[in-house]
This record gives sequence, structure tokens and C-alpha cells, in this order.
Amino acid sequence: MSLLRAEGLTKSFGKTHALEGAGITIRAGEVVAVMGPSGSGKSTLLHCLAGILPPDSGTVHYGDRELTAMNDGERSELRRTEFGFVFQFGQLVPELTCLENVALPLRLSGMKRKDAERAARDWLGRLEVDGVADQRPGETSGGQGQRVAVARALVTGPKVIFADEPTGALDSLNGERVMHLLTTAARETGAAVVLVTHEPRVAAYSDREVVVRDGRSRDVEFAR
Amino acid sequence: MNTPGVYTVCIVLPMSIGHALLGLLESGPRHGYDLKRAYDERFGQDRPLHYGQVYSTLSRLLKNGLVTEAGVEAGEGPERKRYAITDAGVTDVERWLSTPEKPEPYLQNTLYAKVVLALLSGRSATEVLDTQRAAHLATMRELTRRKVDGDLADQLICDFALFHLEADLRWLELTAARVDQLAEEVTR
Ligand SMILES: Nc1ncnc2c1ncn2[C@@H]1O[C@H](COP(=O)(O)OP(=O)(O)OP(=O)(O)O)[C@@H](O)[C@H]1O
Ligand SMILES: [Mg+2]
Repeated sequence: MSLLRAEGLTKSFGKTHALEGAGITIRAGEVVAVMGPSGSGKSTLLHCLAGILPPDSGTVHYGDRELTAMNDGERSELRRTEFGFVFQFGQLVPELTCLENVALPLRLSGMKRKDAERAARDWLGRLEVDGVADQRPGETSGGQGQRVAVARALVTGPKVIFADEPTGALDSLNGERVMHLLTTAARETGAAVVLVTHEPRVAAYSDREVVVRDGRSRDVEFAR
Repeated sequence: MNTPGVYTVCIVLPMSIGHALLGLLESGPRHGYDLKRAYDERFGQDRPLHYGQVYSTLSRLLKNGLVTEAGVEAGEGPERKRYAITDAGVTDVERWLSTPEKPEPYLQNTLYAKVVLALLSGRSATEVLDTQRAAHLATMRELTRRKVDGDLADQLICDFALFHLEADLRWLELTAARVDQLAEEVTR
């Protein structure tokens, strides 16, 4: 049973054909690495899957609901309640403390400050960065900042985490620590992860991979 | 510590000469010395074949029905026999190309030969590369699981293998991006 399914996606930017018939199926709770050369369309695919970018043609289904047929309001509601996002950098609000950053998605859903901050603190602890709760993102290391971003993506209990090169700005040791914490937390909460990466060692934390080449994707389900 | 021997074979394994010779025979029957020359030219950079190796390999292929004698040329010299690949030989090449190598470091000779022979015979080199990349990543996943559950010694040993396998994967990726260019050079 698929949680998220894209079929026949095309997307062009002017003369650039970023996607030319890409498809992907994500099942509940699985970690899928999206790999492929630079410029092959990985990020574009992820943005279309997550309802951030409307494809020119093709469909995306979330369960039995067609994401590509929703209006902007419905799509952003879905993103807020069902999805979590981790990007390479620049996703935390610089004026807020790390704790406030992680609490923010809950506050936006109308949760009381005290409850939101309690949940946020719990998630910072699970990602082993409770020490930076009262610091602003600019005062943390890259690795700490990414763990805070992962906590923020997970705090709402999303069904899918979209991560685009989440370890791209980190060294090997920190990158792997973030991947370990992210995949462990996702497995504990049953969230699926769509992980865009060009690093094989990062992809090795996934359950399987999908390779994107020239805007076309290809599922590699290696029989073991 | 219980890390199994994913990385115990650190010696340079010789690639399958039999398969390479079969692959070269796919473009038409050849003499033994002709085969040696073709092999050395493409794959023998620092280790050309000995004639002995060529003939012992050919007689094994002959015995297994993968090649057949295709006439003897008139003239001087000890070896004027020509060899041709059989249907069973072609099947054997197909199977070799579509089966990934066990992921271990220092595979470059075999992987390179597979890519070249796929191109020479008009098969999909991308298919060969994709099959191999999937096998590599599957092994890397297993090593990662072992690493995550293991003690520091396990982690360090697994990391060593992971970095080497990652280097292979980067080569596979880079080669995939240059397959069209390589096809042109190989078939020229
Ligand atoms: N907003 C945009 N405007 C114009 N062109 C774009 C835009 N976004 C992507 N592209 C183009 O579409 C193609 C696919 O881009 P995409 O970002 O999806 O690649 P990618 O696989 O994520 O690459 P990378 O590994 O470098 O991040 C590229 O040629 C890119 O230049
Ligand atoms: Mg990208």
C-alpha cells in the first residue's frame, strides 16, 4: 500500500526540462534515498512530491487524495499537518531560540506555548541537542543546527519527512550522526523519509534507493 | 567483535579471463594469438596475458562447449586454429554481464572490462553499471546497520570498507555519465 505516489511527472523551467516523466512510490515508514547526478531533477522531484511545486503534468497522490488536484490552501494545510522538511541549511528562524524554532510548527497549529515547548524540549533531547535550547541558530554549530532542524521536522508527528541534502554542509562524522538520529527517530515514529543525497554513505542509511537521471527516475529494488 | 569478512579480500583479484575472451569472440572467430593481442590492447595495460594462459583458457572453454573450433588455416606455425563462440558461450557472457560482482575493493579491472564488452557487443553498459551500483549500495547498507549496532572497533572496520565501496560507487556514477563518450571511443 503506497503512502505517496507520483506518476508521469514533467516540469520545465523555460527551456530546461527538469522532469521528463518521473515517478516514485513511497510506502509508509520506509526510508528512500533519491540519488543521481547534479542537475538530474532530484530536488524538483522532491518539491513536486511535497506539494511545494506544481508539476506541468502528471499526478501525485497522498493516500487516496490527489495532491496535484488540491488548491493552494489545501496543499499548505497538508504540508503543515502531514509533512516535515529538512534542507541543507537556512530553514531555522534566526531571531528565535532553537527551542522556539522547534516549538513553532506546534504553535502555528494552535498549541499552547507551554505544551509546545515541552514537546520541543523532548525532541531536542532525543536528538541530543537539549544543550542549545536557549541559543539562537546562529550560535550553534552546523551539526547542532541540523539536529534542531530535524527535531523541528519531527515535532508535529508527520507521516513523511522530506530531506534534501540534509548532511550536505556537514563533515562525515556529523553527517552520519544526523542521519542516524533522523532515521532512528523516523523509524520510531513510523514516518517515511524521502532523502535526496548524492553521498553513497548517507544513502546507505536508507531502505532502498531511486535513481534519477535526466529527469527520469528509476526504482532500484535490489533482490537480496 | 564480529565483523564478517566483507573486507578480508584485499588482494587484487584477477578478472575472469575466460569471460573476457568469450566477449571478444562475440564480434567474430579469431586465432588464439589474435585474441591475446585484442585482450592486451584493451585490458592488459600492466599485465599482458601469456600465450599459455590463452590456450589453457581456450581449451577449458572448448571442453565446456562455450567455444568451438572454426577451422584451421593453412600455413606455417604451431597454432593456426580459429575459435568461435557458441550459443552456450553467448548465454554465459550474458549471465556474467548481468550478474553484479561481489562488492569488494579493487574491482576496477573486472568492472571496466564488463562495461567495455557490453559496449562492444551492443548491450546496455548502463544496465551493467546500475546492477553493480545496487549491489554495492546493498552491501553498504548492511555494513551501516552493523556499524550502528556495533562497538567502536566494528565502526572503524565498517567505515574503512564503506569509504572504499563509496569510491567504487563514485567511479560507477562517473562512468555512467560518460558511457556515450566511451561507446564512441570503444567502437571506433
Ligand atoms: N527554479 C528554477 N529555475 C530555473 N531552472 C531550474 C529551477 N530549479 C531547477 N532548475 C533546473 O532544473 C534542472 C534540475 O534541477 P534540480 O535542482 O532538480 O537538480 P538536482 O538533481 O537537485 O541537482 P543538485 O544535485 O545539483 O542539487 C537543472 O537543470 C536546474 O538548473
Ligand atoms: Mg538538488
